[in-house]
Amino acid sequence: MSIAAKTKTLQHADAVAVRSWKTPILLGVLALFAVVVFIILGPNGHATFRISQENDLWQVPNLVVPAKGVGIVVSLITLALAYLAYSQTKTVGKISRWVLMTFTVVFVIGLMVWIIGGTTTQNITLVGLFTGAMLITTPLVFGSMSGVLSERAGVVNIAIEGQLLAGAFTAALVSSITHNAFAGLFAAAAAGVLVSALLALFSIKYIVNQIIVGVVLNVLVAGLTGFLFEKIMKTKVNGETIYNQPTHLPDLPIPFLSQIPIIGPTFFRQSIIGYLMIILVVALWFGLFRTRWGLRVRAVGEHPKAADTVGINVNRTRVMNVLLGGAVAGIGGAYFTLVAVSSFSKDMTGGLGFIALAALIFGRWNPIGAALAALLFGVAGNLQSILSLAGTPIDGQFLAMLPYALTILAVSGFVGKAMSPAASGEPYVKE
Amino acid sequence: MSGTELNKPAEESGATPATPASKPAPEAGKESNGTQLVREIMSGNAVISVLAVVVALVIGGILIAFTDSRTTSAMGYFFGDPSATFKAMWAAVSEAYGALLRGATYDPGARTWQGRLGIFETLTFATPLILSGLAVTLAFRVGLFNIGAKGQIILGATFAGVVGFLIELPPGIHLVAVVLAGAIGGALWGGIAGFLKAKTGAHEVIVTIMLNYIAVSLVLYLLKNQLRDPNSTNPISPRMHESAMFPLLLGPNYRLHWGLVVAVLAVVAVAWLLNRSTLGFEYRAIGENPRAARTAGMLVSRGYITVMLFSGALAGLAGVTQLAGTEKLLDSDIAGSIGFDAITVALLGRSRPWGTFFAAILFGAFKAGGTSMAINADVSIDIVAVVQSLIVLFIAAPPLIRSIFRIKELRHEGV
Repeated sequence: MSIAAKTKTLQHADAVAVRSWKTPILLGVLALFAVVVFIILGPNGHATFRISQENDLWQVPNLVVPAKGVGIVVSLITLALAYLAYSQTKTVGKISRWVLMTFTVVFVIGLMVWIIGGTTTQNITLVGLFTGAMLITTPLVFGSMSGVLSERAGVVNIAIEGQLLAGAFTAALVSSITHNAFAGLFAAAAAGVLVSALLALFSIKYIVNQIIVGVVLNVLVAGLTGFLFEKIMKTKVNGETIYNQPTHLPDLPIPFLSQIPIIGPTFFRQSIIGYLMIILVVALWFGLFRTRWGLRVRAVGEHPKAADTVGINVNRTRVMNVLLGGAVAGIGGAYFTLVAVSSFSKDMTGGLGFIALAALIFGRWNPIGAALAALLFGVAGNLQSILSLAGTPIDGQFLAMLPYALTILAVSGFVGKAMSPAASGEPYVKE
Repeated sequence: MSGTELNKPAEESGATPATPASKPAPEAGKESNGTQLVREIMSGNAVISVLAVVVALVIGGILIAFTDSRTTSAMGYFFGDPSATFKAMWAAVSEAYGALLRGATYDPGARTWQGRLGIFETLTFATPLILSGLAVTLAFRVGLFNIGAKGQIILGATFAGVVGFLIELPPGIHLVAVVLAGAIGGALWGGIAGFLKAKTGAHEVIVTIMLNYIAVSLVLYLLKNQLRDPNSTNPISPRMHESAMFPLLLGPNYRLHWGLVVAVLAVVAVAWLLNRSTLGFEYRAIGENPRAARTAGMLVSRGYITVMLFSGALAGLAGVTQLAGTEKLLDSDIAGSIGFDAITVALLGRSRPWGTFFAAILFGAFKAGGTSMAINADVSIDIVAVVQSLIVLFIAAPPLIRSIFRIKELRHEGV
């Protein structure tokens, strides 16, 4: 019922929609940026992208491109797309999705060539770039999926950072004690659920503002893990910190698939958490948009009153989703201490929970969108650390700002329309 | 949804008019959320606040007791001698909280005078908390949630630093210039969020969170390049000129500086602004009900922009007191945890200027005492963050405290 009503309002909305010029303006500015920076200030010489590794199934020759030539092509394409966006806005009133997608991809390629061409070595190993990026992307994806789960049901989740951190700590502790990485993994999920339970208790039962609870929970988890880290993990038994030596999850390369150039090492040479990530994203997308469960969840997030009227238990749905999100983020946290690094350290999530929030928004509360955003942010983050070693035309700090700046542009309507689920942040009190 | 509403710039949160009606009346929803936030923070009474502090300290005590090494070893023979366990727990907690209290106020046992009067350390820590807490408080009253104190502190400190260590000015004028520069820096950063909120409907929580991280990267970049101390390999700035620093209030033995006076003046100013001025009346009206405020002829979007400018300026001043009073040189961690502490301070102070003042003193005491607790009782200062966040959680959920203490709900107005 609510869906029918929504479609109606949507059609109505199209008829009276106010044209937004923000996106064409932004694209125009970026295209001009491409002209100035990629062509006029662009590096001479070539940029080399190394693609294949020795044990790949087949060898792909290195991609060598003239930096300036690519700059010219990229500039022309982006200019054309910006004009297309302008004319679409003028005639249709909105920009088709492929224009934005193509623009992003082309611009990113131009940026990469410009950056690599400007380094002293002028080459980069793509495998290294992407496998390194996965170290950032994996927890980001889990974090943003936690956000998708709770925000789609109408609960703002600022506590992703806390859930990740709780997961990382618990995984390290339990895996160290039991010498079993899977026990650590389950414990991490449980820890995430615990943080979520607090979020649900305070924001749903006691109707405390969800943002306040989220902010406070982050501080609470940081304090708690920091305190226990000092008290327990730093305790030495026979000269060794036995409570902070987690047994790691093994890598499980998939035969054949793992030997495809670039894609193999990036996606098919991972630990179980990496595969869980892929399954999770697809399952969540399918679940949210193709099943009865997803319809209910979205109804609760968009219009709880309507959902309640047709017999959906709004607050139970919210609690379940928030708890499930906690489990997901907890597993993402376990990735830190069971896969990425050898042991737990204080505040080791270092704000990734907030980048996950950014990915969630940039991906428009859609699991696949959020995962792609997480991939983009992961690549940017890893590029930053690679570049800090290579000497570049731009400082790595500007790459570090990228996710945040993009998110601000997204929420201010410069990159399409980032709209949260309508009832997100609203407590539901039955009248 | 009517056409006239669509053509207006987004005066309040979330809803962009450019994306009308895809969600049923999001405007009304978000409005009530901001309003609800204001009510939530303003209501409740002092008893709840005190009890919240007590419960939080008790939970912190339990944590300390159970993680103490003496307790864990006494628990090994718990059934043989249960009293030993309880004695050990009591010893651990009383030692820790004793050290906390002495470190924050007065420690007769300390060897030096500096160590003895911890109360002045408390006030030193409280100074930036007062200012940044006020920043959050002010924005709260308009229904905005400024999570960006951290970024505003950093920008304020950066601007103040540029004036303070790159430029030479006569004494007196120099300090004034530093303070003004800091306020401008913070105001700019806060203003971005206010402007985007007013003109595009971008949610201020998201924007300020993102601006925090951008500020950290920005200052790191500057500290690696333009603002770097040429004599250092670390990304830190040169020391502030002597004329650009706050004079010490109590002589060279204590770190307490004139920044505290600035902070107290700011409390008075914000209290006047909110309770006595026309602008403050508008702010409160917008915070209570933006739609009614607009109907009454108030410019809601102007309210959002100006309040974020003021709020940012206050946080910027917090950055100034940190830089020109306590730290004396700029590094990327100049804001420390002050930005997030500011939120808890404002919540504990129930979004009232003097409430924020006392909450900041309490949290300053936690910080000063926490340091001494870490040194003297071997309890990590992280426990302070635990206690602080628990306090805020309990205060934000009065029904929980009521049910713990079986207090009947009484309709008291205000504190």
